[in-house]
Amino acid sequence: MAIPEFLQGPSELDVSGPKVITSFKIFGLTINFTETVVLEWIVMAVIIGLAVFLTRNLRVRNISKRQAVAEMAVEAITNLVRDTMGKRFLGFTPYIATIFCFSIFGSLISLLGLRAVTSDFSVLLTWAAITFILITATKIRYGGIGGYLKGFTDPIPVMLPINILSEVATPTAMALRHFGNIAGGSIIMGLVYYGLTALSHMIRLQVPILTVGIPAVLSLYFDLFSDFMQAFIFIMLTMVFISNAGPSDDAAET
Amino acid sequence: MEIPEAIVLAGSAVGAGLAMIAGIGPGIGEGYAVGKACEAIARQPEASGAVTRTMFVGCAVAESTGIYGLIIALLLIFLKPFT
Repeated sequence: MAIPEFLQGPSELDVSGPKVITSFKIFGLTINFTETVVLEWIVMAVIIGLAVFLTRNLRVRNISKRQAVAEMAVEAITNLVRDTMGKRFLGFTPYIATIFCFSIFGSLISLLGLRAVTSDFSVLLTWAAITFILITATKIRYGGIGGYLKGFTDPIPVMLPINILSEVATPTAMALRHFGNIAGGSIIMGLVYYGLTALSHMIRLQVPILTVGIPAVLSLYFDLFSDFMQAFIFIMLTMVFISNAGPSDDAAET
Repeated sequence: MEIPEAIVLAGSAVGAGLAMIAGIGPGIGEGYAVGKACEAIARQPEASGAVTRTMFVGCAVAESTGIYGLIIALLLIFLKPFT
Protein backbone atom coordinates (compact mmCIF):
# COMPACT_ATOMS: atom_id res chain seq x y z
CA MET A 1 0.00 0.00 0.00
CA ALA A 2 1.47 3.31 -1.04
CA ILE A 3 1.34 6.10 1.50
CA PRO A 4 1.31 9.69 0.21
CA GLU A 5 4.56 11.48 0.94
CA PHE A 6 3.09 14.25 3.07
CA LEU A 7 1.74 11.66 5.50
CA GLN A 8 5.11 10.06 6.09
CA GLY A 9 6.50 12.82 8.25
CA PRO A 10 9.91 14.47 7.96
CA SER A 11 12.51 12.05 6.61
CA GLU A 12 15.46 14.26 7.48
CA LEU A 13 16.08 17.13 9.83
CA ASP A 14 16.35 20.30 7.80
CA VAL A 15 17.74 23.26 9.68
CA SER A 16 18.62 26.13 7.41
CA GLY A 17 18.02 29.80 7.02
CA PRO A 18 15.04 31.19 5.15
CA LYS A 19 14.79 30.14 1.51
CA VAL A 20 16.14 32.66 -0.96
CA ILE A 21 13.48 33.18 -3.61
CA THR A 22 15.51 35.46 -5.84
CA SER A 23 18.51 37.70 -5.42
CA PHE A 24 19.57 40.83 -7.25
CA LYS A 25 22.57 43.11 -7.16
CA ILE A 26 22.54 46.79 -6.27
CA PHE A 27 25.88 48.65 -6.28
CA GLY A 28 27.77 45.40 -5.94
CA LEU A 29 25.75 44.31 -2.90
CA THR A 30 23.80 41.11 -3.26
CA ILE A 31 20.30 41.59 -1.90
CA ASN A 32 18.45 38.39 -1.17
CA PHE A 33 14.71 38.39 -1.55
CA THR A 34 13.88 35.70 1.01
CA GLU A 35 10.91 33.80 2.34
CA THR A 36 10.99 36.08 5.36
CA VAL A 37 10.21 39.16 3.28
CA VAL A 38 7.11 37.52 1.80
CA LEU A 39 5.93 36.34 5.21
CA GLU A 40 6.57 39.78 6.68
CA TRP A 41 4.31 41.36 4.08
CA ILE A 42 1.64 38.77 4.86
CA VAL A 43 1.93 39.55 8.57
CA MET A 44 1.74 43.27 7.87
CA ALA A 45 -1.35 42.77 5.73
CA VAL A 46 -2.99 40.74 8.50
CA ILE A 47 -2.21 43.38 11.13
CA ILE A 48 -3.42 46.25 8.94
CA GLY A 49 -6.56 44.33 8.04
CA LEU A 50 -7.23 43.62 11.71
CA ALA A 51 -6.68 47.26 12.64
CA VAL A 52 -9.00 48.49 9.90
CA PHE A 53 -11.61 45.89 10.82
CA LEU A 54 -11.51 46.80 14.53
CA THR A 55 -11.68 50.55 14.05
CA ARG A 56 -14.53 50.81 11.56
CA ASN A 57 -17.65 52.74 12.64
CA LEU A 58 -16.21 54.17 15.84
CA ARG A 59 -18.88 55.71 18.04
CA VAL A 60 -18.96 57.53 21.36
CA ARG A 61 -22.14 55.90 22.69
CA ASN A 62 -23.58 52.45 22.24
CA ILE A 63 -20.29 50.95 21.12
CA SER A 64 -19.99 47.65 19.28
CA LYS A 65 -18.10 44.62 20.58
CA ARG A 66 -15.42 45.27 17.98
CA GLN A 67 -14.82 48.76 19.27
CA ALA A 68 -14.68 47.49 22.84
CA VAL A 69 -11.89 45.08 21.88
CA ALA A 70 -9.97 47.83 20.09
CA GLU A 71 -10.36 50.21 23.02
CA MET A 72 -9.24 47.55 25.47
CA ALA A 73 -6.07 46.84 23.48
CA VAL A 74 -5.19 50.51 23.06
CA GLU A 75 -5.87 51.21 26.72
CA ALA A 76 -3.76 48.26 27.88
CA ILE A 77 -0.73 49.26 25.83
CA THR A 78 -1.09 52.94 26.78
CA ASN A 79 -1.23 52.03 30.47
CA LEU A 80 1.83 49.81 30.09
CA VAL A 81 3.79 52.59 28.42
CA ARG A 82 2.67 55.14 31.01
CA ASP A 83 3.59 52.88 33.91
CA THR A 84 6.99 51.94 32.52
CA MET A 85 8.18 55.07 30.74
CA GLY A 86 6.28 57.88 32.40
CA LYS A 87 3.91 60.42 30.91
CA ARG A 88 6.54 62.27 28.85
CA PHE A 89 7.19 59.27 26.62
CA LEU A 90 3.56 58.49 25.76
CA GLY A 91 4.38 59.46 22.17
CA PHE A 92 6.25 56.17 21.84
CA THR A 93 3.05 54.14 22.30
CA PRO A 94 2.40 53.54 18.56
CA TYR A 95 5.96 52.29 18.02
CA ILE A 96 5.78 49.97 21.03
CA ALA A 97 2.38 48.64 19.97
CA THR A 98 3.62 48.06 16.41
CA ILE A 99 6.66 46.09 17.53
CA PHE A 100 4.50 44.06 19.91
CA CYS A 101 1.90 43.15 17.28
CA PHE A 102 4.52 42.44 14.64
CA SER A 103 6.52 40.24 16.98
CA ILE A 104 3.49 38.26 18.18
CA PHE A 105 1.97 37.71 14.73
CA GLY A 106 5.39 37.09 13.21
CA SER A 107 6.09 34.36 15.75
CA LEU A 108 2.62 32.85 15.81
CA ILE A 109 2.74 32.33 12.04
CA SER A 110 4.81 29.24 12.89
CA LEU A 111 1.62 27.63 14.21
CA LEU A 112 0.40 27.49 10.61
CA GLY A 113 3.46 25.50 9.59
CA LEU A 114 5.14 28.50 8.03
CA ARG A 115 8.56 29.75 9.02
CA ALA A 116 8.41 32.22 11.89
CA VAL A 117 9.42 35.71 10.77
CA THR A 118 11.27 36.19 14.05
CA SER A 119 13.52 33.17 13.50
CA ASP A 120 15.40 35.26 10.94
CA PHE A 121 18.10 37.22 12.70
CA SER A 122 18.05 40.16 10.28
CA VAL A 123 14.46 40.98 11.25
CA LEU A 124 15.31 41.22 14.93
CA LEU A 125 18.49 43.14 14.19
CA THR A 126 16.43 45.68 12.25
CA TRP A 127 14.03 46.19 15.13
CA ALA A 128 16.91 46.46 17.57
CA ALA A 129 18.60 48.99 15.28
CA ILE A 130 15.44 51.12 15.25
CA THR A 131 15.38 50.96 19.05
CA PHE A 132 19.06 51.93 19.13
CA ILE A 133 18.37 54.96 16.95
CA LEU A 134 15.50 55.97 19.23
CA ILE A 135 17.71 55.60 22.32
CA THR A 136 20.41 57.75 20.76
CA ALA A 137 17.86 60.32 19.57
CA THR A 138 16.36 60.54 23.07
CA LYS A 139 19.81 61.02 24.58
CA ILE A 140 20.65 63.81 22.11
CA ARG A 141 17.25 65.42 22.58
CA TYR A 142 17.61 65.70 26.35
CA GLY A 143 21.35 66.21 26.66
CA GLY A 144 22.41 67.82 23.39
CA ILE A 145 25.15 66.47 21.15
CA GLY A 146 27.81 67.57 23.63
CA GLY A 147 26.05 65.88 26.50
CA TYR A 148 25.64 62.71 24.45
CA LEU A 149 29.33 62.56 23.55
CA LYS A 150 30.30 63.46 27.12
CA GLY A 151 28.22 60.54 28.37
CA PHE A 152 30.76 58.16 26.88
CA THR A 153 33.47 59.41 29.26
CA ASP A 154 31.29 58.86 32.30
CA PRO A 155 32.43 58.52 35.10
CA ILE A 156 36.12 58.73 34.02
CA PRO A 157 37.60 59.05 30.50
CA VAL A 158 39.35 55.67 30.82
CA MET A 159 35.91 54.02 30.57
CA LEU A 160 35.47 55.17 26.95
CA PRO A 161 36.01 51.77 25.24
CA ILE A 162 33.79 49.99 27.76
CA ASN A 163 31.04 52.56 27.30
CA ILE A 164 31.16 52.24 23.51
CA LEU A 165 31.07 48.47 23.84
CA SER A 166 28.07 48.55 26.16
CA GLU A 167 26.30 50.95 23.78
CA VAL A 168 26.71 48.48 20.92
CA ALA A 169 25.92 45.49 23.11
CA THR A 170 22.45 46.79 24.00
CA PRO A 171 20.73 46.26 20.62
CA THR A 172 22.81 43.18 19.81
CA ALA A 173 21.79 41.47 23.03
CA MET A 174 18.13 42.38 22.51
CA ALA A 175 18.13 40.95 19.00
CA LEU A 176 20.08 37.83 19.94
CA ARG A 177 17.78 37.09 22.88
CA HIS A 178 14.61 37.19 20.80
CA PHE A 179 16.22 35.30 17.91
CA GLY A 180 17.76 32.65 20.16
CA ASN A 181 14.51 31.90 21.91
CA ILE A 182 12.39 31.59 18.78
CA ALA A 183 14.97 29.82 16.62
CA GLY A 184 15.95 27.47 19.46
CA GLY A 185 12.30 26.66 20.10
CA SER A 186 11.63 25.91 16.44
CA ILE A 187 14.71 23.67 16.23
CA ILE A 188 13.63 21.77 19.33
CA MET A 189 10.15 21.32 17.83
CA GLY A 190 11.74 20.10 14.60
CA LEU A 191 13.84 17.60 16.55
CA VAL A 192 10.74 16.36 18.41
CA TYR A 193 8.80 15.81 15.17
CA TYR A 194 11.77 14.11 13.55
CA GLY A 195 12.40 11.90 16.56
CA LEU A 196 8.76 10.86 16.91
CA THR A 197 8.59 10.06 13.20
CA ALA A 198 11.69 7.91 13.43
CA LEU A 199 10.26 6.21 16.53
CA SER A 200 6.98 5.36 14.84
CA HIS A 201 8.81 4.03 11.78
CA MET A 202 10.87 1.91 14.16
CA ILE A 203 7.78 0.22 15.61
CA ARG A 204 6.57 -0.50 12.06
CA LEU A 205 3.90 2.18 11.78
CA GLN A 206 3.57 3.34 8.19
CA VAL A 207 1.95 6.64 9.16
CA PRO A 208 3.74 8.39 12.07
CA ILE A 209 0.79 8.43 14.45
CA LEU A 210 3.02 9.27 17.41
CA THR A 211 3.50 12.81 16.07
CA VAL A 212 -0.17 13.51 16.76
CA GLY A 213 -0.84 15.05 20.14
CA ILE A 214 2.48 14.62 21.93
CA PRO A 215 4.23 17.65 20.37
CA ALA A 216 1.22 19.84 21.15
CA VAL A 217 2.20 19.97 24.80
CA LEU A 218 5.69 21.19 23.93
CA SER A 219 4.31 23.51 21.28
CA LEU A 220 2.27 25.21 23.98
CA TYR A 221 5.49 26.34 25.60
CA PHE A 222 7.83 26.77 22.64
CA ASP A 223 5.33 28.37 20.28
CA LEU A 224 2.68 30.11 22.36
CA PHE A 225 4.21 31.02 25.73
CA SER A 226 7.67 31.80 24.46
CA ASP A 227 6.33 33.96 21.61
CA PHE A 228 4.23 36.12 23.89
CA MET A 229 7.01 36.29 26.45
CA GLN A 230 9.66 37.34 23.96
CA ALA A 231 7.42 39.99 22.38
CA PHE A 232 6.63 41.35 25.83
CA ILE A 233 10.27 41.31 26.91
CA PHE A 234 11.38 43.00 23.70
CA ILE A 235 9.00 45.92 24.17
CA MET A 236 9.73 46.09 27.92
CA LEU A 237 13.46 46.39 27.26
CA THR A 238 12.82 48.94 24.50
CA MET A 239 10.77 51.04 26.89
CA VAL A 240 13.24 50.74 29.75
CA PHE A 241 16.23 51.67 27.60
CA ILE A 242 14.49 54.62 25.94
CA SER A 243 13.16 56.03 29.18
CA ASN A 244 16.56 55.59 30.84
CA ALA A 245 18.10 57.66 28.05
CA GLY A 246 16.14 60.72 29.15
CA PRO A 247 16.19 62.38 32.57
CA SER A 248 14.02 60.88 35.28
CA ASP A 249 10.38 61.91 35.52
CA ASP A 250 10.77 64.01 38.67
CA ALA A 251 13.67 65.98 37.25
CA ALA A 252 11.69 66.93 34.17
CA GLU A 253 8.60 68.11 36.04
CA THR A 254 10.34 70.46 38.43
CA MET B 1 34.40 10.82 5.20
CA GLU B 2 37.99 11.97 5.48
CA ILE B 3 39.64 11.52 8.85
CA PRO B 4 40.48 15.24 9.42
CA GLU B 5 36.92 16.19 8.56
CA ALA B 6 35.58 13.61 10.98
CA ILE B 7 37.84 14.96 13.72
CA VAL B 8 36.57 18.50 13.05
CA LEU B 9 32.95 17.32 13.17
CA ALA B 10 33.54 15.46 16.42
CA GLY B 11 35.22 18.53 17.86
CA SER B 12 32.28 20.70 16.80
CA ALA B 13 29.82 18.35 18.46
CA VAL B 14 31.81 18.24 21.70
CA GLY B 15 32.17 22.02 21.55
CA ALA B 16 28.41 22.44 21.13
CA GLY B 17 27.84 20.29 24.19
CA LEU B 18 30.37 22.27 26.18
CA ALA B 19 28.79 25.55 25.05
CA MET B 20 25.49 24.47 26.57
CA ILE B 21 27.14 24.39 30.02
CA ALA B 22 26.30 28.10 29.81
CA GLY B 23 22.74 27.02 30.62
CA ILE B 24 23.64 26.38 34.25
CA GLY B 25 24.13 30.04 35.13
CA PRO B 26 20.78 31.39 33.91
CA GLY B 27 19.04 28.37 35.46
CA ILE B 28 20.36 29.14 38.91
CA GLY B 29 19.91 32.88 38.49
CA GLU B 30 16.35 32.72 37.21
CA GLY B 31 15.34 30.22 39.86
CA TYR B 32 16.67 32.55 42.52
CA ALA B 33 14.88 35.55 40.97
CA VAL B 34 11.55 33.72 40.72
CA GLY B 35 11.88 32.48 44.30
CA LYS B 36 12.46 36.00 45.53
CA ALA B 37 9.53 37.25 43.43
CA CYS B 38 7.28 34.63 45.07
CA GLU B 39 8.40 35.85 48.48
CA ALA B 40 7.72 39.44 47.50
CA ILE B 41 4.23 38.60 46.22
CA ALA B 42 3.47 36.62 49.38
CA ARG B 43 4.47 39.61 51.46
CA GLN B 44 2.67 42.19 49.31
CA PRO B 45 0.01 40.59 47.10
CA GLU B 46 -1.17 44.00 45.87
CA ALA B 47 2.17 44.60 44.15
CA SER B 48 2.06 41.34 42.22
CA GLY B 49 1.68 43.02 38.82
CA ALA B 50 4.77 45.18 39.14
CA VAL B 51 6.78 42.36 40.73
CA THR B 52 5.88 39.89 37.98
CA ARG B 53 6.72 42.37 35.23
CA THR B 54 10.07 43.26 36.75
CA MET B 55 10.83 39.59 37.33
CA PHE B 56 10.18 38.66 33.71
CA VAL B 57 12.41 41.43 32.41
CA GLY B 58 15.12 40.46 34.88
CA CYS B 59 14.81 36.82 33.87
CA ALA B 60 15.12 37.81 30.21
CA VAL B 61 18.28 39.76 30.87
CA ALA B 62 19.73 36.95 32.98
CA GLU B 63 18.86 34.52 30.23
CA SER B 64 21.02 36.21 27.59
CA THR B 65 24.23 34.40 28.56
CA GLY B 66 22.43 31.09 28.16
CA ILE B 67 21.09 32.22 24.80
CA TYR B 68 24.61 33.12 23.66
CA GLY B 69 25.68 29.58 24.53
CA LEU B 70 22.70 28.18 22.64
CA ILE B 71 23.52 30.24 19.54
CA ILE B 72 27.15 29.08 19.60
CA ALA B 73 25.96 25.48 19.93
CA LEU B 74 23.52 25.88 17.03
CA LEU B 75 26.22 27.43 14.86
CA LEU B 76 28.60 24.58 15.63
CA ILE B 77 26.06 21.86 14.94
CA PHE B 78 24.16 23.19 11.93
CA LEU B 79 26.46 25.65 10.17
CA LYS B 80 29.69 23.68 10.77
CA PRO B 81 31.94 26.76 10.42
CA PHE B 82 35.21 24.81 10.62
CA THR B 83 34.65 22.22 7.93
